[in-house]
Amino acid sequence: MSFLVARDLRKTYGPVTALADIGLDVEEGEFVTLLGPSGSGKTTLLMAIAGFTRPDSGTISLAGRDITGVEPEDRDFGFVFQGYALFPHMSVADNIAFPLKVRKWDRARVDARVEEMLGTVGLADLARRKPRELSGGQQQRVAIARALAFHPKILLLDEPLSALDRTLRETMQRELKRLHRQTGVTFLYVTHDQEEAIAMSDRIAVFQKGRIVQVGAPRDLYYAPSTRFVAGFLGVNNLVDARLVRGADGAVEIEALGARVALPPGKVADLPEGPATVFMRPEDIALEPTPGEPALAIAGTVADVSFVGSFDLVVIEPRGGPEITAHLPADRTRALPVGAPITVFVRADAIGVVPNT
Amino acid sequence: MRPFDRWAVGLTVPAVLLTTLFYVLPIAQVLVLSVTEPAPGLANYEQLLGSRAVARVVMTTLEVSLWTTALTIAASYVVAYALVQMRPSVRRVALFMVLVPFWISVLVRAFSWITILRREGLVNLAVTGLGIVDEPLQLVHNRTGVIIGMVHYMMPFAVLLIYANLAGIDRRIMQAGRSLGARPMTVFWKLWVPLSAPGIAVATLFVFIFSLGFLITPTLLGAGRTVMVAEYISVQITNTLRWGVATGLSTMLLVAVGFVVFIAMRQPALRAAFSGRQG
Ligand SMILES: Nc1ncnc2c1ncn2[C@@H]1O[C@H](COP(=O)(O)OP(=O)(O)OP(=O)(O)O)[C@@H](O)[C@H]1O
Ligand SMILES: [Mg+2]
Repeated sequence: MSFLVARDLRKTYGPVTALADIGLDVEEGEFVTLLGPSGSGKTTLLMAIAGFTRPDSGTISLAGRDITGVEPEDRDFGFVFQGYALFPHMSVADNIAFPLKVRKWDRARVDARVEEMLGTVGLADLARRKPRELSGGQQQRVAIARALAFHPKILLLDEPLSALDRTLRETMQRELKRLHRQTGVTFLYVTHDQEEAIAMSDRIAVFQKGRIVQVGAPRDLYYAPSTRFVAGFLGVNNLVDARLVRGADGAVEIEALGARVALPPGKVADLPEGPATVFMRPEDIALEPTPGEPALAIAGTVADVSFVGSFDLVVIEPRGGPEITAHLPADRTRALPVGAPITVFVRADAIGVVPNT
Repeated sequence: MRPFDRWAVGLTVPAVLLTTLFYVLPIAQVLVLSVTEPAPGLANYEQLLGSRAVARVVMTTLEVSLWTTALTIAASYVVAYALVQMRPSVRRVALFMVLVPFWISVLVRAFSWITILRREGLVNLAVTGLGIVDEPLQLVHNRTGVIIGMVHYMMPFAVLLIYANLAGIDRRIMQAGRSLGARPMTVFWKLWVPLSAPGIAVATLFVFIFSLGFLITPTLLGAGRTVMVAEYISVQITNTLRWGVATGLSTMLLVAVGFVVFIAMRQPALRAAFSGRQG
C-alpha cells in the first residue's frame, strides 16, 4: 500500500463539483505534481489532504492509517501557501522556530534547527528581518524552511512559484528539487504551469474539472497522453480532427488535413473506427519525408515565420484544416515567404491518436 | 494645478469655514475665557489644581474611563472575533444587531438601563428570584451603573473598529499556523491577538478619549454620586455660572486628551494602524 492514499474523494460547493471521485496514490519520498487549469480542483485536493477542507465523502490515509477526520494541526504536514502566509509580526528566525516551539522543543534544539534551516535555504544573514523586509524569492525560502523545519511527513505546496519572475522561478525550481533530494520528504506540488511540472516531478497527475484524467511520469504523459485534453495541456501540440479507418487486414489508416497515412501496427489498438484526434509535436514536422518511412504529407501555405533561436517557428495553414505550428531549421526557412505554398511531412510513428473527448 | 484640482480644493472651502466658525473659534474662546474670567490671569488654574472636589472628579473620570475602556475592548474583541468566524449570511444579521444601538438616542438608552438595573428591575428580579442573592444588587445610581451604560454606548464603535481590523487579516496565516501544529489557543494568542494589535490600539485610544468626555450617561446612571469631568463642567456653567472654572477645566481636558494622543501615537501598534500595515 502506498504512503499517502486518497480514495473516492468528493467535494461539492453548491452546484460546483470541485472534486469528483479523486483517487491518488503517492509513494514515500516521491515528488508528485497536481497539474491542471484554473478551477480544476487542485487546491481543493491539497486542502483536503492538509485537513482544512472536509471532503463530502471518501477517505485519505497515511501509511495505512485513516486520517480523514484528523485536524490539520495533528497531521504533521508542511504547507507552503500561495502568497506564503508568513507571520508578519515575527522575524524570519521566529517564523521558522514557530512549529518547533509549539512542539515544545527545548531552546537549544530550536536554535540549532533554525540555524540549520536558514543555512539550507541560504538566508543565514537575514534571520532578524521581518517578512515585509524581504523580496518575494526570500519570503518563499522562509515559507519553505518553516514548513520543513519540523520534519513533516509530507510537504504540500500550492503554486509556490507563481508570484516570481521567470528567472527566479527557474532558480527556485532547481532549489526545490535539491531540497526534495536532500530531505527525502514526500512533496505534493500544485501548479498550472506544465513546463514546471515536467521539469520537477517524478509523476504528474493531470486535473480536469475535478477529476484526475491521467497520472504518470512526465515522459509518459508527454509521449502517450490518453486524452485530447492531456495532449493539449502538456507541451505545445498540434491537435487536429481526424478519421480513423480500419482496413480488412488489421491495418489502420488515419485521415487528417486532407492527407492519409497508414499507422504502425499496435499504435491505436483500442480505438474504434471513426472520428478521432491526432496530435503532432512541432519538432516532429519536417520539410522532407524520412526515406523508407511512411509519412503524412500536409500541403498548405506559410502563414507566419518567427525566429526563436535554435529553430524557426513556422505557422502553416493546411488546405483542409486549422493552422499548425512547426519547428523548422533556420537555414531552410529563408526561402519561405509568407503566403508561399509548402508541403511538410510527419512520420507515421510520430503521430499520436487520442479519442475525441 | 489642473482645473479639476482647483475645483476639488474649492469644494473644501465651505467645510473649512464651518469648522473655523463653529469649532476652532469656540475652542479659542474657551481658552481665552479660562484666563480672563472673572479677572485676567491664571487664577482659575490655581483654583482647579488646588481643589479637592476637582481632584476627586478627575480621579473618578480616570477610573471610570479606564474600566470602561478595558471592559469595552475585551467584550468587543469577543464579538468582533465571533463576527469574523461567522458564515456571511449569519454575519449580516449579527452586524445589523451591533449597529442597532446607533439609532437609539443616548437618553433612551440610559433610561432603559435604569429600568433594567434598578432595585425592582429585570436583573434584580432574576437574581433574587433564582435565589442567587438574597438582597437586590446595587447596580445603578453608582459607578457600576455608569460603567455599564458607558460600555454599552462604546461597544458598537469598538466592535466595528476591531472587526475591520480582524476582517483584513489574511486567513491563510491562521491556516499556516495550524498546518505548523498550533492548537486553537496558540493560534489565538500568538497569531490573532498580535496581528490585531493595531485594531485593539485604535479602539482603545478611541474609547478612552471618548469616555473622558461622557456627559449624559454618567449624569443619569450616576445620579450625582458618580460625577465625571463633563458633568462637573456642565454644572459650573448652568448652575453655579462659574465660567472661568468651567473653561479652565475644559482646557485641561483638551490638553490631557492631546497628551494621551501624543503618547499613544508613539506606540508601534498605533503607528502601524495609521500607516495601514500589519505587525
Ligand atoms: N470555498 C469555496 N466555496 C465555493 N466554491 C469553491 C470554494 N473553493 C473552491 N471552489 C470552487 O471549486 C472549484 C475548484 O477550485 P480550486 O481552488 O480547487 O481550483 P484550482 O485548481 O486550485 O485553481 P487555480 O489554479 O485557479 O488555483 C472552482 O470552481 C472553485 O470556484
Ligand atoms: Mg489553486
